[in-house]
Amino acid sequence: MNVTSHAVVLPGDDIDTDQIIPARFLKGTRKTGLGEHLFADWPAFRRHERGARILVTGHNFGCGSSREHAPWALVDWGFRAVIARSFADIFRQNATKNGLLPVALPEAACVRLELALQANPALPVTVDLASERVSLPDAGWIAFSIDPFAKHCLLNGLDELSYILTFSDRITAHEQR
Amino acid sequence: MKRTLFDKIWDAHVVAEEAGRPAVLYIDLHLVHEVTSPQAFAGLAERGLPVRRPDRTVATMDHSIPTNGLPIADDAARTQLRTLADNCRRHGITLYDADSAHRGIVHVIGPELGYTQPGMTIVCGDSHTSTHGAFGALAFGIGTSEVEHVLASQCLLQTKPKTLEVRFEGALPDGASAKDLVLAMCAELGVGGATGHVIEYTGEAIRALDMEGRMTVCNMSIEAGARAGMIAPDAKTFAWLAGRAHVPRAAAWHAAVDRWRELHTDDGAVFDRTVVIDASRIEPMITFGTNPGMGMPIAASVPANPADARLARALEYMGLTPGEPLLGRPIDVVFIGSCTNARLSDMRAAAGVMRGKKVAAGVRVLVVPGSQAVKRAAEAEGLDRVFRDAGAEWREPGCSMCIAMNGDAIEPGQYAVSTSNRNFEGRQGRGGRTFLASPETAAAAAITGRITDARTLGESP
Ligand code: SF4
Repeated sequence: MNVTSHAVVLPGDDIDTDQIIPARFLKGTRKTGLGEHLFADWPAFRRHERGARILVTGHNFGCGSSREHAPWALVDWGFRAVIARSFADIFRQNATKNGLLPVALPEAACVRLELALQANPALPVTVDLASERVSLPDAGWIAFSIDPFAKHCLLNGLDELSYILTFSDRITAHEQR
Repeated sequence: MKRTLFDKIWDAHVVAEEAGRPAVLYIDLHLVHEVTSPQAFAGLAERGLPVRRPDRTVATMDHSIPTNGLPIADDAARTQLRTLADNCRRHGITLYDADSAHRGIVHVIGPELGYTQPGMTIVCGDSHTSTHGAFGALAFGIGTSEVEHVLASQCLLQTKPKTLEVRFEGALPDGASAKDLVLAMCAELGVGGATGHVIEYTGEAIRALDMEGRMTVCNMSIEAGARAGMIAPDAKTFAWLAGRAHVPRAAAWHAAVDRWRELHTDDGAVFDRTVVIDASRIEPMITFGTNPGMGMPIAASVPANPADARLARALEYMGLTPGEPLLGRPIDVVFIGSCTNARLSDMRAAAGVMRGKKVAAGVRVLVVPGSQAVKRAAEAEGLDRVFRDAGAEWREPGCSMCIAMNGDAIEPGQYAVSTSNRNFEGRQGRGGRTFLASPETAAAAAITGRITDARTLGESP
């Protein structure tokens, strides 16, 4: 799985899922159509710049509510990877289940990336899942690490539930203990 | 092997664990609400799978339910509630629906009905599932894909989190509550400080808390980034649970209590991290910013740090000046409710401050009990009269203004003192500004119309 595109920088730490998608948009019963409400109350998110598949942001992205509507909205908008200093736990788990790559990079690498994107907003950035690397403009590749099982599922098109269900007998045995 | 409380519960629930793979963890209790479940049931239907254990699944309607006693006006929310009812009927899942005498916020009714028990693994598509850890359960929030996994298999794939002991030494002073204790912790750890960890709360101040206070503390574990928070069960836990609708009966109860007594961290067991907080220095707390880690003692001044961009943005949103005190600042709305502080003890604490007094002119005060049972118990004690006589609104149970999905919302620019758990931008209504605090502090603000230290209420200014 390879994502190459220009990137949107959304500065700030601790961007919570209420910012990613405010609760007033959670009344649906489907996963689709949430992109138009992404960062609905954030003027800093430039809505007209559609087309970027990579978002670059700060520390602890996706903290707060467990709502999977957050990755659904990001994916529906078109994002396929979020590069951040760090992620909140539930968001990170929700992201990979929806084909959205949570890529944690060190502060220095993020700053370098942001400066480069500031200078040239059209700069293409590549996130390569198989080799767990991000291309940094003019600076080669930088490694990230992702949960190995999530990677395995993403690369092979597997889903977690099918894996869990292969253990049906052991689940039954556990229930009969 | 010396084990922590977390280790004991984790080990007892691992169904399978292959090398290089996360563990398959069995889930004892799955709580469901209307907002995070429809897509999970739809996924199940697409795969043609049944709910594996409807008997271990319990649903309620809380997030978008009106609290004014009127029928639901919002079409989308009505469809969502109907979808939950249909799904529960189809799969044989117990649902505490809008008309149920036991309905309430999912994290209030789970313990109340005795579904929540020590040693269990408990999940819900809701980050405040950590609340149930107050009973010595491993309880955490999950996303909707995981809701589907649990519906289908009663299991989850989980990588073992790290453990964090937060030890509160000394006694909490008079005038400081469980809410103040946990807000102080969030301020100390920061909003991401416990990411990747399960917290066990220990120490004298935790032991001294009643069960409802312990729920308040565990509830906000997620606000420090923790997956879960837990407290080893003790005599208070067993006494609180005894006789509740879904706990074991007779000999089975005694056998269960004997098992539950083993649920504590062994002497000499090692946590990945330990943080010690001096509880004797904790004062009534209030938040000034836009995440729960931005809190301070109520009499302190808003921090000033020009280098901190996060702080600057938060203060701009809040309309606050660095270095200014919050005491005396006028407010517009007071919300007493949410899964953090809407149990009977919270109602009593707020009523204790408001008894015989009047809500300040121009201030809107909503008191929203956490469940129908809390509402009935409060009314039996006459607490509803205290609130109504003061000029507050006594509402039907639900999440209400904690998340502002049901029409209960603050207006853009308004200030609210709220007993809920999140002060994120827009959380209580678009453009609204939230000060998180205890029920006592919220009630004091209701009376004066200003941010007020409840300890000094009634003293001449
Ligand atoms: S009261 Fe608030 S935090 Fe608790 S479950 Fe409801 S919306 Fe979530």
